[in-house]
Amino acid sequence: MAAARADPIMFSEFLQYLFTGITIGAIYALIALGFTLIYNASHVINFAQGEFLMIGGMATVSLTAMGVPMLLAIVLAVALAGLMGIALQRLAIAPAKDANVVTLIIITIGASIFIRGLAQLVWGKKYHVMPNFSGDEPIEVFGAVLNSQSLWVLGVGAVLVAVLVYFFTRTMTGKAILATSMNKDAARLVGIRTQMVLMLAFMVSALLGSIAGIVVAPITFTSYDIGIILGLKGFVAAAIGGLGSGVGAVVGGLALGVVEAMAAGYLSSDYKDAVAFSMILLVLFFMPRGLFGAKVVERV
Amino acid sequence: MNGTLARYTKKFLAITAAGLLAMSAQAADPIRIGSFLSVTGPASFLGDPELKTLEMYVEKINEEGGVLGRQLELIHYDDAGNASKARNFASRLIRSDRVDIIVGGSTTGATMAAVPLIEQAQIPFISLAGATVITTPVKKWVFKTPQSDRMAAERILTDMESRGLTKIGLISGTGGFGSSGREQTLAVAKEMGNIEVVADETYGGSDTDMTAQLTNIRGADGVQTILNFGFGQGPAIVTRNYAQLSIDLPFYQSHGVASDGFLELAGDSAEGLRLPASPLLVPASLPDSDPQKPIVEAYKSEYEARWNAKVSTFGAYAYDGLMLAVEAIEKAGTTDKAAVRDALENIQGHVGVTGTYNMSADDHNGLTADSFRILEVQNGSWKLVN
Repeated sequence: MAAARADPIMFSEFLQYLFTGITIGAIYALIALGFTLIYNASHVINFAQGEFLMIGGMATVSLTAMGVPMLLAIVLAVALAGLMGIALQRLAIAPAKDANVVTLIIITIGASIFIRGLAQLVWGKKYHVMPNFSGDEPIEVFGAVLNSQSLWVLGVGAVLVAVLVYFFTRTMTGKAILATSMNKDAARLVGIRTQMVLMLAFMVSALLGSIAGIVVAPITFTSYDIGIILGLKGFVAAAIGGLGSGVGAVVGGLALGVVEAMAAGYLSSDYKDAVAFSMILLVLFFMPRGLFGAKVVERV
Repeated sequence: MNGTLARYTKKFLAITAAGLLAMSAQAADPIRIGSFLSVTGPASFLGDPELKTLEMYVEKINEEGGVLGRQLELIHYDDAGNASKARNFASRLIRSDRVDIIVGGSTTGATMAAVPLIEQAQIPFISLAGATVITTPVKKWVFKTPQSDRMAAERILTDMESRGLTKIGLISGTGGFGSSGREQTLAVAKEMGNIEVVADETYGGSDTDMTAQLTNIRGADGVQTILNFGFGQGPAIVTRNYAQLSIDLPFYQSHGVASDGFLELAGDSAEGLRLPASPLLVPASLPDSDPQKPIVEAYKSEYEARWNAKVSTFGAYAYDGLMLAVEAIEKAGTTDKAAVRDALENIQGHVGVTGTYNMSADDHNGLTADSFRILEVQNGSWKLVN
C-alpha cells in the first residue's frame, strides 16, 4: 500500500514523524539534562526530577488562573521550583550525607512521591491547560505541520544547553560543581564548600526542570502526575546518552523521541514504547556507559 | 463492696439489653438499601457523585414519606476502587447488615468481584458500572443502569452511516475503556456490514503526542471519518493534534469524554466534533416533548443546588439505580427479595436521567443505543444534533 502512494506524500509523512519526534525528543532532552546535572555533582540519580517539571507547569497554570500575568507567573513558578530543589537537598539529601549513593537515590524516590501527594492535595487530580505562547496557528512545512509551541521547546532547549555549557566551562561555580563530582575530598581541600555546591546543583536542576515543564505544558497539558512518565523517559534518554554527559543527554533525548515517533508511524503505535525501551537495552548492551559516557577508572 | 458492683453491673446490663432490643425492633422498620462505591481512590470521580446522589435522594424520599410507608436507610461502604474490598463489603452488606437490595459498584471490577456472592445470596443488585459483561449473559439477580460501550459504538456508527460515512479511521487508548471500545467498534462494524475500519491505531494512557498515529490514519486508503475511543486526557490531546494537522474529516469521540472538563482541555480544537452522550449535558436543548426532559432538569438543578458542584453523568447512574429499586419495591409491595427481583425484571417505560428503561428476562440493562444523544461541539459548547 505504501508503495502505491505518491512520493511527496511519503516525504511529508516522514517529515511529520520527524517533527513529532524532535519535539518530544527535545522535551526528553531537557529532562535528561536535569538528571545529568545532579548526577555530575553527586552521582545521585534524582528521581524527583519529573516533579520539578510538574511544579513548573502546575504553578504557572494556577498563578495565571489567579490573575497573575503569564510572564510573572512563569518567573514565580520557576522560583518556586528552585526553592523546592534547595529544600529537597537541605531537608532530604543533606541529613543523609554519609549514606551511600543507592540510599540517596531511594530518598529521591520518596521525595518524589511526597511532592506528588502534596501537589494532588493543593491542585487536585484534574488536568489543566496552558495556552500556547504564541498563537494556536500551526506552521506548515512541505505538507507537514509543526505546532508553534514546538519551536518554543526547541528554542528554549537550545538556549538552556548553551547557558549550561557556558556555566560549566567558564564560571567558577560551574567548575566547582565539576570538581566536586570528580573528587569530593580534593575539592574540599582546595576550599570548595561541597555541601553548598550540591545545593546549587539541585537548585539549577530544579530550575531547568521547571522551565522544561512550563514550555511543554501547552503541548502535553499538565497535572499532578505528569512528572512520572516524563521523568522516566528523561531518565531513559540520559542513560542512552551516557549519564553525566551533557551532549549525551541532548542526543539521547532527541534519538529517543525520533525513534518513538518513527516506530509509531511506520511500525505500530502498540510497539512504540517497546521499541524505545529495547533501544536502551541495545545501547547499554554494547556500550554500557551509554553513547557519550565517560570511561570509568576504578580507583583502588 | 463487690456485691454492690455486681448488682450495678447486672442492672446496667439489663438496661443495655432492653435498649438494644428496642433498637433492633426499630431497625426492622426501614427498608435497608446497601451500597459499595469507589468514593475515594482512582475511581473517585465515579463514586463521589454517586454517593452524593444516593444520600440526597434517600433523604428526599424519606421526607416525602418513604416507600411503602417505611423509611429508607442507606448503608454504604467505600471500596476505594479496590475489587477485593468491594467483595468484602458486599459480603458484609449481605451477612451482617442484611440489606434488602444493593445499589452500587462504581467500576466494572468492583461489580464483577461482588457478583458471585450476590448470586449466591440471592439478593437484587443494581450495578452502576458500564461493561457489557455485567449483564451479558444475563445473571438472575444482577441489573445495571449505564449503557454499555457496545451501544455507544452502535450509536456512533449509525450516525456515521446516516451521513454517508462508511470508511472509518479508528484510534483508541490502550486502557480498559479504550481497548474495550475498540473491540466493540470492530464487532459492530462487522455486523453492520457496510462500515469498514480502514485504519486501527492506538496510544498509551500517558502519551503526550498522537500526531504520528493521526498522520497514518490520514494516509489510509479512502478514509472518510475518524473515531477516537478513549478516556482521560488522551482524547483531548488527540483532538488538539487533529486540529494542528488540520485534518478536515468529520471527527467522533466516545461517551468517555462527554463532560465539560473535556471541552476545557481541548478548547477550540473540539469545534465540530460529535459524540454520544447522556441528555444530562444538554437539558435545556431537549424538546419539551421529550419525556426525559423534566427528570433531567430536576436532577441537575437539585444536585447542583445541594452540593454546589457540577452534576455528572455518573451521579445520574446512581439516581436511576435508586429510582429503579424504589419502583421495584413499590410494585412488589414488599421487600421480599424474589418479589423485588421479579418486579425489577418487569419494569417497563421507567423514565430515568440516562434513558428510558425497559427491562426483560433477557435484558437486565433495559436501554437501547437510542438513549445516547448525539451532540456536536458548536461555539465551545454542546449542541444536541439528534
